[in-house]
Amino acid sequence: MAKTSAHQKNKSYSNAVYATPVSEHPSLDEVYEVTPFSEAFWTYLNYVILNIFGWFRDLLRNARIENRKGSAENNPPGFVPLYQSYESFYTRNVYQRIADCFNRPIGSVPGATLDLLERVTDDYNWSFRFTGGKVKTINLASYNYLGFANNSGPIAENVINSIKTSGLTAASTTQEFGTLTQHRKLESLLAEYLGTEDAIAFGMGFATNALNIPTLVGKKNDSFQSLAINKTKLLYLKGCLILSDELNHASLVLGARLSGAVIKVYKHNDMNHLERLLRESIISGQPRTHRMWKKILIIVEGVYSMEGSLCKLPELIELKKKYRAYLYLDEAHSIGAMGLRGRGVVDYWKCDVNDVDILMGTFTKSFAAAGGYIAGKKDLIDHIRVTSHSAAYATSMSPPVVEQIVSVLNLLLDNDEEHEGRQRINQLAWNARYFRQRLTKMGFIVYGHPHSPVVPALLYSPSKIAAFNREMLKRGVAVVTVGFPATPLVLGRVRFCLSASHTKEMLDEVLKHAEEVGDLLNMRKSKLNPKRPFHETES
Amino acid sequence: MGSSMTRGDIESLATDFYDLLESFKHAPFYHISFEIFLVLAVIWLVFFRKPRAIEKKLTEREKQELIDEWQPEPLVPPVDPNHPALNVRVLDGIVGKTVEIDGKKSLNFATFNFLNFVGNSRISEKAIQAVQKYGVGSCGPRGFYGTIDIHLELEERLAKFFNCEEGIIYSYGFSTIASIIPAYSKRNDILFVDEGVHYAIQKGVEASRSHVKWFKHNDIQDLERLLAEQEVLDKKNPKKARTIRRFLIIEGLYVNYGDICPLPRMVELKYKYKYRIFIDESVSFGTIGQTGRGVTEYYDIDRQKIDLISSSLEYSIGSIGGFAVGSSFVVDHQRLSAQGYCFSASLPPLLAAAAIEALNIMEEQSTPLFETIMSKSKRLHKKLLSIKGYSVMGDEISPLKHLRLANALNTIGRLEEIVQFAQTRDITITVARYLTDEHLLPEPSIRLILNVEMTDEELEFLCTVLQEALVKVTS
Repeated sequence: MAKTSAHQKNKSYSNAVYATPVSEHPSLDEVYEVTPFSEAFWTYLNYVILNIFGWFRDLLRNARIENRKGSAENNPPGFVPLYQSYESFYTRNVYQRIADCFNRPIGSVPGATLDLLERVTDDYNWSFRFTGGKVKTINLASYNYLGFANNSGPIAENVINSIKTSGLTAASTTQEFGTLTQHRKLESLLAEYLGTEDAIAFGMGFATNALNIPTLVGKKNDSFQSLAINKTKLLYLKGCLILSDELNHASLVLGARLSGAVIKVYKHNDMNHLERLLRESIISGQPRTHRMWKKILIIVEGVYSMEGSLCKLPELIELKKKYRAYLYLDEAHSIGAMGLRGRGVVDYWKCDVNDVDILMGTFTKSFAAAGGYIAGKKDLIDHIRVTSHSAAYATSMSPPVVEQIVSVLNLLLDNDEEHEGRQRINQLAWNARYFRQRLTKMGFIVYGHPHSPVVPALLYSPSKIAAFNREMLKRGVAVVTVGFPATPLVLGRVRFCLSASHTKEMLDEVLKHAEEVGDLLNMRKSKLNPKRPFHETES
Repeated sequence: MGSSMTRGDIESLATDFYDLLESFKHAPFYHISFEIFLVLAVIWLVFFRKPRAIEKKLTEREKQELIDEWQPEPLVPPVDPNHPALNVRVLDGIVGKTVEIDGKKSLNFATFNFLNFVGNSRISEKAIQAVQKYGVGSCGPRGFYGTIDIHLELEERLAKFFNCEEGIIYSYGFSTIASIIPAYSKRNDILFVDEGVHYAIQKGVEASRSHVKWFKHNDIQDLERLLAEQEVLDKKNPKKARTIRRFLIIEGLYVNYGDICPLPRMVELKYKYKYRIFIDESVSFGTIGQTGRGVTEYYDIDRQKIDLISSSLEYSIGSIGGFAVGSSFVVDHQRLSAQGYCFSASLPPLLAAAAIEALNIMEEQSTPLFETIMSKSKRLHKKLLSIKGYSVMGDEISPLKHLRLANALNTIGRLEEIVQFAQTRDITITVARYLTDEHLLPEPSIRLILNVEMTDEELEFLCTVLQEALVKVTS
C-alpha cells in the first residue's frame, strides 16, 4: 500500500493557511427562517398556473389537437393501462418543463470541476441531442466531500494494480466464494477507523439499508441453517417498533417497510416528540393486543442531505438509554465529512461510539467509491453475516472499489496533521463554514447546521429552481436544485455540496455568481441576515 | 272455553283502533313527529346502542412503572459460531477458471463465471482506461450529475443487443428486479409469480404490496387455473377489473432449479388473459440462445411481445450491476419511479466500461461461443446422469445444474462432505446457500456451474471426483 509522503503537495492546498484545524465547538444552533409570506403566496400561485396549463394541455392532447409526446403502448387494446394518467400529471406538466436541469450527463471525473456534455432540445425537453461539445463548470453538485474523486495519483495506481491482480468481480456471493482477502482487510480497517468491534461491507449503500433492517427487526429472524437441522426457526420477532425521523432517506423507509415492524414517524429532529412517542408506545404496547414490544429501534441519519441538518446525537443517546431502545445511525453523508478526525457525527459530538448500537454508512460520498457498511459489536455483525439478504444472494464488492476505499481509509487513519488525510478533513471543514457564512451574509435564506458540508439555500418556487440552475450553468457553475416531491411543496431549494478539493478562489467565484443570480431572481430576502454587497461579506 | 272475546268486544276494539287512526289525522304535525322520534329513540336504545367501555386513565405512577418494567429483547439473537457463513473461505487473486485455495490451484465450478470473463485482459484494460479517465466512483445519483457518458453508451449498447428501444442500468444486481417490480405494480394490482423465483424477485414482490398468486414451478396448468379463477372474479366486477393491472413474473432460467420457463405458452396466454410479462434473465443472458440473447432467442419469440427483460451484469458479463431492456414506453417510467435507480448512486464507470467490452466480445465471438457453452452443458449433463447415486436437476443445455444425492440420502451434511472431499482433489464446488425465509426453500443441493473454457478432460475429472466422493459419503 503506497503511503503518501509528508512532503506531498497537492495543488488544491495552496491556500494552506485556510486548512489549519478549526476549533470544534459542537454547536447546537440550527436556524430555520420562517418562509416569507410573499414567497409562499407567489409559489402557490405558480403551482396553480402550472396546474391550469397542465389541464389545458392534457385536454388538447386527449382531443388529439396536440400531439402526444413520449412513447405509446405497443400491446393491442384490451390491456389495463400501465400508468394512471393522473399519476403522471406532475411528470408531464411540471417536471417535463424543467427536465433539462436533471439527469445531466458528465464526461469527466466528478472532481472540483466538471465537464458537462452539452445537450440541446428541439422539442421542449421531451428529447435531447448532444452537440458534441463540453462545458467546463465548477462542481458544487457531486458528493465528493473529501475530494478523493481522482483519476490519477497513488490511490488510482492502487486501484489499477488491484484490477490486474484480483479482477473486477469474484462472481459469487459473500457466503459462498465471494470473500476475498481485500474484503476482510477493508472490514478490519473500517472497524479500526470507526472504533467499533467489527464491520461488514456491501456493494450498494441503498441495499445496505433496505436489505439489513429487516434482519434486525423483521418478522422472522433465522440464523440457524445448521448442518444437522434444516429448518429451525429460532425466534419469531414480530412485534418490533421503529421510530423514524420524518426526513429519512427512501432506503431507510423501504427497509423499515420490508421488515414488517410497526413504524411511527416523529417530527424532524424534535426530541420532545420522540420522547412522547417512546413513552406512549411503551405504555400502550403493541396495537390491538397491547403486548409489550419486543424491540424498539430509533432510525436517524447523521446529516440530512436535503436540510443540511445534523441529528442531535447526545440527546438521542440519552433518550435511548433512558427507554432502553436501540439506535440505528445512518452516516451516509457524514462519515468522513464531520468530526475533528473525520469519523462522522459520533466524532463531531464527541460521543462514545459504543452507545450507538448500529452504525451504518456509505462509501459513495466521502470515499468516492461505491457501497455501504454496517459497524457495531461483534455479535451484531455475525448476525448480519448470517442473515443479511445481501450477504446470501448478492455478489460481493468489486476488488478495485474495495481498493479505493482501503487506500482512502489508510490516509484517513493517519493522525498526523501534516498528512493528506487530516489536511483534507480540515479543508472541508473550513470550506463548509466559509461558504455558509458568506452565503448567509449575502442575504440568502439558508437552512441547516452551521458546520454541515451540505448547504441548502431556499428558492421556494419551481420556476426559480429552473432559473437558478440554468443561470448558474451559463456562468459555469454546476449546482443541484430540487423541488417537490423530494422537498415539501413550497420549499424548493438549491443544495450546494462542498468539497475539500475546492479552493478559496473557486468558492469566491461561485459566491459572486450566486450573488448575481440571486439579485436577478430576487432571492436575497432573508430578514435575519439582510443582504449586503459581495465585497462586504468577506470577514 | 275460557275467556273468549265476544263479538261486541271485537267490535269495540276495532272502533277504538279506528278512532286512534282518526285522531292521528287530526293531531298537529309536531305532535306526531315527536312521537315518531320517541319510538325510534326507544328502538335505538334497546337494540343498537353499544355499551360504552368505561376507560380508566392510567396515573402517572402507573405509567412510570410500565416504562421501568419494560425490557427489550437483545438486539440480535445468538448465532451459531459453526454456521457456514461465519467460516467462509477467504480467497486471494483472480477467481476465474481456477481459484487458488491454501496455495493450490483448483478448478472452479462454483462461481457464476459462465463465459470466463473474470480476469479477461481485454476487459481489464478497458476498466483501467476508465479509471484513468473517470476515477472510481460516480459521486452522485443519476438525477444529479451522476450520469456519465459511459452509462448512456452501455444502455444504448444493451438496447441494441436485444433489439429493443431502450435500456436502463442499475448499480447492483439484487436491486434491479427488486426495484423494477414495485415501480409498476402497486397495491391493487395482481402478480402471477412462479414459486421457484429467486430471493430478489420475492423481495420485489413483497415491496410492491400487490396481490400475489403463486403458481407451481413451471406448471402451466396451475397458471391457467389461476388465470381462469381471476377471470371469473373479473366478470363479476368488470368496473374494478378495468383498474387492476396484471403481471407475470418469471425467470428465463431459474437459478434455484436450472430449468427453462415454458415461454411460448405463456406468451399465448398473455394475449388471451391480458397480462404483461416481466422476465428475469439473469442466468439465461449470455448462456442460452444462438447468440446469447436469452430465452426469447432460444424459443424464437419476438421480443416486442415481452414487456420487460431484466438481467444482471454480474454473471455472464463479469461486471457488477443489472439492467432492464424493453420498449421506451415501459422502461422510461423507471427513471423516475424505481427506487434503486433514483435514490442510489450510479454504477462506477470502470464497471460500466467492463460491461461494454464484454458485450463487444460477446458480439464478436457470437455463435461459436454460445454453441460451445450449450454443447458442453449437454455433455456435462450426460456425464452426470451416468453417475449412479446422483440426481441432476436442470435443463440439459443449462450451464447451471443442481446436484443432489438420490434416495433420501440428501442432507446438507453429506453434501458439505462431498464439497470438502472435492476440495482436497482440487475441485471447487459449493452447496447452494439460501436464507430460511424463502417462499419455497429448495432441497439442499450442490450448485454446479459450467465455465465455457473447461475442457473435456476437466469435465471428466469432475465426474470422477464426484463419483469417488459419493463412494466415500455413502459407505
